[in-house]
Amino acid sequence: MSALVHDGTAVLGRHLTKVRRAPAIAVMTQTMPIVFLLFFGYVFGSALAMPGTEYRAYLVPGLLAATAAGGLMTGMFQAAQDAHRGVTDRFRTMPISRAAVPLGQALADLVTSAVGMVPMILVGLAMGWRIEGTALEALGAFGLLLLFRFATTWVGILLGLASRSEEAAGQLGSATFMLPLLSNAYIPTESMAGWLRTVAEWNPISAVTTAVRELFGDVAVPADAAWPVAHPVAGALLWSFGLIALFAPLAVRRYARG
Amino acid sequence: MTTTYAVLSEGLRKRYGEVHALRGLDLAVREGTVCGVLGPNGAGKTTAVRVLTTLVTPDAGSARVAGHDVVRDPAGVRQRIAVTGQYASVDGDLTGAENLRLFARLLRAPRARADELLERFALAEAAGRPARTYSGGMRRRLDLAASLLVRPRVLFLDEPTTGLDPHSRNGIWDAVRELAVRGTTVLLTTQYLEEADQLADDIVLIDEGRAAHRGTPAELKALIGSRAEVVVADPALLDAAAAVLDQLTGSAPSLDAERRAIGAVTTDPTLTLPRLVREIDAAGIHIVDASLRPPTLDEVFLRLTDRREITA
Repeated sequence: MSALVHDGTAVLGRHLTKVRRAPAIAVMTQTMPIVFLLFFGYVFGSALAMPGTEYRAYLVPGLLAATAAGGLMTGMFQAAQDAHRGVTDRFRTMPISRAAVPLGQALADLVTSAVGMVPMILVGLAMGWRIEGTALEALGAFGLLLLFRFATTWVGILLGLASRSEEAAGQLGSATFMLPLLSNAYIPTESMAGWLRTVAEWNPISAVTTAVRELFGDVAVPADAAWPVAHPVAGALLWSFGLIALFAPLAVRRYARG
Repeated sequence: MTTTYAVLSEGLRKRYGEVHALRGLDLAVREGTVCGVLGPNGAGKTTAVRVLTTLVTPDAGSARVAGHDVVRDPAGVRQRIAVTGQYASVDGDLTGAENLRLFARLLRAPRARADELLERFALAEAAGRPARTYSGGMRRRLDLAASLLVRPRVLFLDEPTTGLDPHSRNGIWDAVRELAVRGTTVLLTTQYLEEADQLADDIVLIDEGRAAHRGTPAELKALIGSRAEVVVADPALLDAAAAVLDQLTGSAPSLDAERRAIGAVTTDPTLTLPRLVREIDAAGIHIVDASLRPPTLDEVFLRLTDRREITA
């Protein structure tokens, strides 16, 4: 256990140094959601039935959740890069804890994500979004977002380790931007066709988005929503812990076996 | 005295789908020696290294490295080995110093050791630059330095000089020799016959996932004898010269019309260079050059594995 902490911390340090050395990727992945926020908020916002200000307040938690889901892409990209450039193999021949390398990566991502949330929140506040709930609820919302980020990162690490090439991981990774489109992150699910609505509401991003909206004190949940959206906090927690429980051991096993 | 083996494998097999990368590979590397594993692309060299360094589990067979079984006790193996090569690399985004300090931390080696190795491998000046900006030679030196933070019992070098210029190659060779002198066992894979000849105490030729031949560089050369060659003054006498060589060596001569040269391989120890010259001269053939030299490893390889394009 102490070996895991020691080795995991060293790997965590490695990833944070990488972000410092080559911040472009981290900056870009955190800037894109802000661009989306401005674009959706002012372009789409003016075309929707909802008043613009109200839509922008609706959109901020959605984009925070969509960004948290981006752990899938970042996790996959980093794991694939290390795997296909020989770095993972060097680690695997060293006498270090088997879980340390993927865990260090996931924890480093958590740190960069927490920092990366700040500019997004500031832009959101400038656009008229407000935290209406208590401070404790707001903290819960941020905690939930980071927990979900941690969960999606593990899924990404597994897919990255299993990827055939860096390019393949990059392509699959950029396709994941579509996942929030099939959720209530950007638009309400009530207007979607029956089956589509079911799919969208079972999308983990919907539960997280709704939970965060609820904790920030916005928007009521439609009465006839699917279970994870109707019980958003429980739904988001179950989704997150479920994904971690399933994918963290799979990713560690994949790393250990190669 | 019993010989101890730093690497000992028996019947290693590994299949990737339809590709049989290893088909029963036996290896025995004596403690404290340099073993050159030589073979063309696709012979199974890299798969062998990946099995021996615990990166890949064999389908069948067994292997012990530094006394530990690679399948049953991979952690024990990892404690005692280091790997450098095309498949185990440093992080290009980190600087040279950051790379070595990271690996030193993971290996519980003192940080001072990282700085010492940067000096030793002439990387101190570039220590603050990202490794991706390094030249091929610098990068390989950094890779090797990372493998020496803790002196390994067995060092695996997978094609350590592929793609390097002669100067950088010599630098790596010197480092390997120094390690060997200090008693580190080195298993080195290479496509360069000269490299194995220069560095290895023993050579294993592998072909299609099996050891095709093994021995010292001298033994392997003796196995196919020497090569006699004469260059004639008059091209019209090529056939006559070929007849003499055929008779002397008992093997079919090969002809190089452009150089007006005739060569043949011999294992007859009584065929010396003076005798060769006398016999050719007695047949009334004027020659401008004659040689009798040990075969190069290239020739050994071509002969023993029956391949044509290994150095390509």
